[in-house]
Amino acid sequence: MSRIHVTANVNGDEVEFLADPRETLLDCLRDHLGLTGSKEGCGTGDCGACSVTLNGRLVSSCLVLGVEAQGAEIATIEGMAKDGDLHPLQRKFVEHAALQCGFCTPGFLVAAKALLERNPDPTETEIRFWLAGNLCRCTGYDKIIRAVQDAAAEMRGAA
Amino acid sequence: MRYHAPATFEEAVSIAAGASGVTRFLAGGTDVLVQLRSGLVTPDDLIDLKKIPGTGDITRLEDGGWRIGVAVSGAELGAHQALVADWPGVVEGMELVGSTQVQGRATLTGNLCNGSPAADSVPGLVAAGANVTVQGPKGTRDIAVEAIPAGPGKTTLAPGEIITAITLPPRGKHAGDAYLRFIPRTEMDIAVVGCAVSLVRDGDRVVSARVALGAVAPTVLLVDACAKAIEGTTLDEAALAALTRAAEAAAKPISDKRGTKEFRIEVAGVLARRAAVIAYERAGK
Repeated sequence: MSRIHVTANVNGDEVEFLADPRETLLDCLRDHLGLTGSKEGCGTGDCGACSVTLNGRLVSSCLVLGVEAQGAEIATIEGMAKDGDLHPLQRKFVEHAALQCGFCTPGFLVAAKALLERNPDPTETEIRFWLAGNLCRCTGYDKIIRAVQDAAAEMRGAA
Repeated sequence: MRYHAPATFEEAVSIAAGASGVTRFLAGGTDVLVQLRSGLVTPDDLIDLKKIPGTGDITRLEDGGWRIGVAVSGAELGAHQALVADWPGVVEGMELVGSTQVQGRATLTGNLCNGSPAADSVPGLVAAGANVTVQGPKGTRDIAVEAIPAGPGKTTLAPGEIITAITLPPRGKHAGDAYLRFIPRTEMDIAVVGCAVSLVRDGDRVVSARVALGAVAPTVLLVDACAKAIEGTTLDEAALAALTRAAEAAAKPISDKRGTKEFRIEVAGVLARRAAVIAYERAGK
């Protein structure tokens, strides 16, 4: 099985890795690049724990092959805090206790950030539909929704 | 598994036609990668179509129709305002497929070629009268979308044949379409029954219609009797009752964990009626 050389941009950094064609982007991020923030929950695109953006689109990195990332721009949870300062969404997740075990949290944060970039003032229904592909077995979702609403308000300058 | 990223459809066809083992085409990958990872289908040759120019494009044709590349995702479809204005039913069917994450990758052509009788985007395409362009070792042909599914997980495409684009006809004036599905929750589920209606009005009267049912037979059905039930009418109560009966009569579902045969037949009638009303209202705007 010959490996394929892939170059991509991850969180603003040029990276390269050798991918077995069967490896997913998630495998490559975690095992070749050491970016273990993105998690594998289901491996079938149902749970959202592996959410990243690929050329600006929210995707499940378990449903993307590493070799498909050639030339792509990828953003993961590791790029969310800037210079040690948490992103407002991260801070609000902490303040609202919107996590318990934390396994789903990177996926929720990446997905919520993608939502707020498109829609700075989403309704509760819009947040719940957007995040329907992110599963959490601890929180019951309510605190997550409140945290996203609160972060959105702060980012709009309304709080 | 060999990964190929050809630059033309000719090259893709030649790789597929020359392959001796299992071949899969990759666009959004939301079915192919799940099958690969679960060990259900391990391709010897995986042919990624996204590097072929035009596969990511939505193009308005000279006659007013639309050409949709095979790698256009549901999210891109939904963001295209002019396409949504022409064919809201086609787009809303696709947008029901999976989560936001799946929408970032999943494609109309992939949903069609996966061959699920419950594929949410297929009834809308069938009702719209969409065509696909098929390219293979013997040349290129345009065929109706409803000619592609052959049964659960199967298509009529021959080895080495690829769909290169989907074409929607010109929408024209006073026309509308709609897709509805029934699932027991609000999102992230597979249709128990789906129904798409596309129609053209002249004043209050329905001039022509196409009605497609999903998840009630081994393939998505185009039901002429449903169209006949509402053509020439003002979609009054009698026409809607006739449409309901025609949809119930056409539905030939199985009973499974998602719903019983009897339930699916009844829901097929209800969805046909409701989708027709939405399409009729959209056509009046």
